[in-house]
Amino acid sequence: MKKHIKTLTKSTLKKSVIKGGCGECQTSCAD
Amino acid sequence: MIHKYKMNGLSIVMDVNGGSVHVVDDVTYDLLDHYEAYRDGQMDEKALHESMSGYEPEEISASLKEVEELEKEGLLYTEDTYPELAAFRNRKPVIKALCLNIAHDCNLKCRYCFAQQGDFGGAKCLMPLSVGKRALEFLVENSGNRRNLEVDFFGGEPLMNFDVVKELVHYGNKLGQERNKNFRFTITTNGVLLDDKKIDFINEHMHNAVLSLDGRKKINDDMRLTMVDTGSYDLIVPKFQRLVEKRGNKTYYIRGTFTRNSLDFSEDVKHFKELGFVHTSMEPVVSADENPYAIREEDLPEILAEYEKLALEYADMKVKGDPFSFFHFIVDLTQGPCVIKRITGCGAGTEYLSITPEGDIYPCHQFVGNEAYKMGNIMEEEVHLPEEMQTYFKNAHVYTKEDCRTCFSKFYCSGGCHANAISFNGDIHKPYKIGCEMQRKRLECAIMIEAKRMIDGAEEDAEETREEVLFL
Repeated sequence: MKKHIKTLTKSTLKKSVIKGGCGECQTSCAD
Repeated sequence: MIHKYKMNGLSIVMDVNGGSVHVVDDVTYDLLDHYEAYRDGQMDEKALHESMSGYEPEEISASLKEVEELEKEGLLYTEDTYPELAAFRNRKPVIKALCLNIAHDCNLKCRYCFAQQGDFGGAKCLMPLSVGKRALEFLVENSGNRRNLEVDFFGGEPLMNFDVVKELVHYGNKLGQERNKNFRFTITTNGVLLDDKKIDFINEHMHNAVLSLDGRKKINDDMRLTMVDTGSYDLIVPKFQRLVEKRGNKTYYIRGTFTRNSLDFSEDVKHFKELGFVHTSMEPVVSADENPYAIREEDLPEILAEYEKLALEYADMKVKGDPFSFFHFIVDLTQGPCVIKRITGCGAGTEYLSITPEGDIYPCHQFVGNEAYKMGNIMEEEVHLPEEMQTYFKNAHVYTKEDCRTCFSKFYCSGGCHANAISFNGDIHKPYKIGCEMQRKRLECAIMIEAKRMIDGAEEDAEETREEVLFL
């Protein structure tokens, strides 16, 4: 348990590389 | 690369390339100013302690140990290796969304309208059904394996050509069944022509409805004028309330525009809430400097302060579980889109195109009427989109925009609006500076709100549980 740092979320971008780029997302002007 | 900032009593650290977000104490916040120099051998531990003389040595050492652990775990100072990803380098975008300018005409004359009262500087006209049908066929034919397709009914004012909208929805659904595609329709309207029949059709068939209103009556009526120069607020608000009341849980946004005349726009967002709207958005006007209502660089401090003011109130709402939402404060810290999507952005000119009533094709609705960016006509025997222009848009991303490479917001804003870059700087690779400043502030606000919700919301939940136990 860290005393000085509270991590809210861990490395979401690195995780998303695994299956990234499927193209089914909406244009922009999960499991 | 990290970004750190303080807001609303929290010290927040973003690991830009990894996506991790941390809340830290004061000693760690200050330590991070020196950490890279220490890690890279430009400073020894004695010098580090001397530069942080306000803290106890054991505090500094403990904080340092935690930072080193996080870096080792890949949660701080993550390297950006994404440009080498095969899925990014070899991507072949397919067209998955069309903006149909169903009417180049409008029944309001908003002073700031980029469509110049609906006709984009050309002739007033409505899209014939034949052009709309061909556009949907073109979308299906050019969408590759992509199953979900988007069609936005836009203008001008699309309700002025609503019979064609209805025909196209039915045609799209039929086409989708035949070709195993799922059409998702949206509509953007000023609401003037809304009645119960149109509301019911929109609520049944439109995945999203974007409803244009600027907020308080005086603010709205200063910019959004009827054809006889009266304000539109009293005419529009009851119709939008009716639509939303009948819409159930389907997505909609009340979307306002703020200008130099309404830099206290948080009051307009709060007014949306008073009117009973839950899903809201407020966008800065994008306009040439010579217009008196245009936002200028000198307005930025006031605008950024206004975003923060709104964010503090909004954070309190979210901690209490209020469903009210503001588009630019919505951020998904648990996952969000994949990194490929974050790098490549909106898809204008490659995945997203805009079609005029005459069938002319443009990279997006912001380019309509700019002949230099016309990509062809949908009614041609064979449509060949100019490869050079598509490549130009495909290659405009966060790694080719110099300002983006070092920006902490790059994986959230994805390089900003191409049209604004071209319009203000004459170069797709030079982002619109005022837009960037606002985007960065909104992201800081959004992450602070999520942090508050995760920390204080959890405490509030625990408190409620304690109260329930006591009550039992």
